[in-house]
Amino acid sequence: MNIYLPIAEMSVNGLVVLLMGGAVGFLSGLFGVGGGFLITPLLIFYNIPPAIAVATGANQVIASSMSGALAHFRRRTLDFKLGFVLLVGGIFGSSIGIVVFSWLRSLGQLDLFISLLYVAFLGTVGGLMLVESVNTLRKQRSGAPASLKRAGQHHWVHRLPLKMRFRASKLFVSVIPVLVLGAGIGFLAAIMGVGGGFIMVPALIYLLKVPTNVVIGTSLFQIIFTAAFTTIVHAATNQTVDVVLALLLMLGGVAGAQYGARAGQKLRGEQLRLLLALLVVAVALRLAFDLFVQPADIYSLGPLGEF
Amino acid sequence: MKRLLFSVLAFGLLLTSAQAQTAVQPEQAYAENIQIGLSTDRITITTDFSGADLTIFGALNDVDPQFARQNRYDVVVVLEGPARPVVVRRKDRVLGMWINTQSETFVNVPISYSVATTRPLQDIAQPATYQRLSLGADYMYLQPRDRDALPITIEEFTAALRERKETTGLYSERIGGVQFLSPNLFRATLELAPNVPLGTHRARAFLFKQGLFVRETSAYLAIQKSGLEQSIYRAAHDYSLLYGIFAVALAIVTGWLGRLIFSRD
Repeated sequence: MNIYLPIAEMSVNGLVVLLMGGAVGFLSGLFGVGGGFLITPLLIFYNIPPAIAVATGANQVIASSMSGALAHFRRRTLDFKLGFVLLVGGIFGSSIGIVVFSWLRSLGQLDLFISLLYVAFLGTVGGLMLVESVNTLRKQRSGAPASLKRAGQHHWVHRLPLKMRFRASKLFVSVIPVLVLGAGIGFLAAIMGVGGGFIMVPALIYLLKVPTNVVIGTSLFQIIFTAAFTTIVHAATNQTVDVVLALLLMLGGVAGAQYGARAGQKLRGEQLRLLLALLVVAVALRLAFDLFVQPADIYSLGPLGEF
Repeated sequence: MKRLLFSVLAFGLLLTSAQAQTAVQPEQAYAENIQIGLSTDRITITTDFSGADLTIFGALNDVDPQFARQNRYDVVVVLEGPARPVVVRRKDRVLGMWINTQSETFVNVPISYSVATTRPLQDIAQPATYQRLSLGADYMYLQPRDRDALPITIEEFTAALRERKETTGLYSERIGGVQFLSPNLFRATLELAPNVPLGTHRARAFLFKQGLFVRETSAYLAIQKSGLEQSIYRAAHDYSLLYGIFAVALAIVTGWLGRLIFSRD
């Protein structure tokens, strides 16, 4: 089933793209992340130009985050106020991200930058999660009670001024780290085509001490908007959003996510985290491999960068 | 002495005969002409387009029957895509990583370039002829933007550009793609790659007679996307902001519908 992508200007196998979306959707339903960090590299491996992969990835992240956030909204595990503050930062961050994106594209260093960011972030986040989940599993095996609670602890984040109360998250915290976190993730979203869930979730849990049950819903909520903003700005400035490709990915993704969520209920939290960590590390290694191994062709063609 | 006179005479005779030949030629000269016809002036690409063959018919007028019989006429047909500036970048190893370092910009590179010939190009005419005509992927002139660049660098990047274009199927050459159906009639079969660019393409036919370029003719062909693809493409470029908002709305609706259809909680 060949499908012509009007923006990427190439034919792809529609079934492969649907399955790709489905597989990523399954994983994102399983782990409660948007799946952007998987879809963009997958599209790049499938020879979609990186600029289009990034912008279209952001577009498909909206759909999966939307359906995830709706579920959390129904379960009342969504902090709108926290999400909104994160969003204000996020919009600011992704505006900067998009300027940097088109600048790098004109320099011909976009692919490098995207790969480096992926390797650095996925490597770090995946590595940390791997260590954490392996430790938890080992402790459980030796009989010690697993505990992630460190609620009583306070560190420098909690001493900053401009405090604000977030009732749903039972938090009283300065808006500065929240805004900075939102901005950082918005920036990454624009450049990497990701919602940033895989960074947002650990950051909210470990840095801001948001209760875990509220984290995923809130993160998904703010990702909808950051990804929407990124998509619109990419479409307006770079014309790199391919709706045909995005629609195929979304259809696969939304369906896959439901099965993923069901499968996720059969696994324990630590096991899920371990699997996610392995997946994240694998993607990072794959990208690092491309960066350090001599490419088959050292030459590449690009359109004249207009900045 | 006698011998010398003889050879001079012979030389003189040779000369006159040569003169006679050149003098006679205009009478025998054939004003060969080449014409091509396209069955359509536009091709529409639909969602399931995965490459195609384009057939162009052409005719030669006023050919020398003897030459034609001996297959000494050669035809080269080219379908040239719209020209765009292209940046060729080279990756080098920096700190162990492969990073784009050097680059060279060419001002007017045809996005696609599909050639069909009666025989291999090198058998038809001299490279200099092709260079003068800017004909053939290997010989066409690509103008670098940086005029001060070293010729060796330009050569390297031009070669890389050609190579990339050939691997992506955008530049192709089909030897024997032009076939004579009769001494006057030929058929050229050209390759349209799955990723053939949209826009106005130019079909050009070159006639060679015994290695010498005789005449050229051309016709235009518009390649466009079919209704929906075209509208999407145009919308993305002309109304990019609205297009972006539409893409977001589509995603939100898909996500919401997905929840409705699949939700069981």
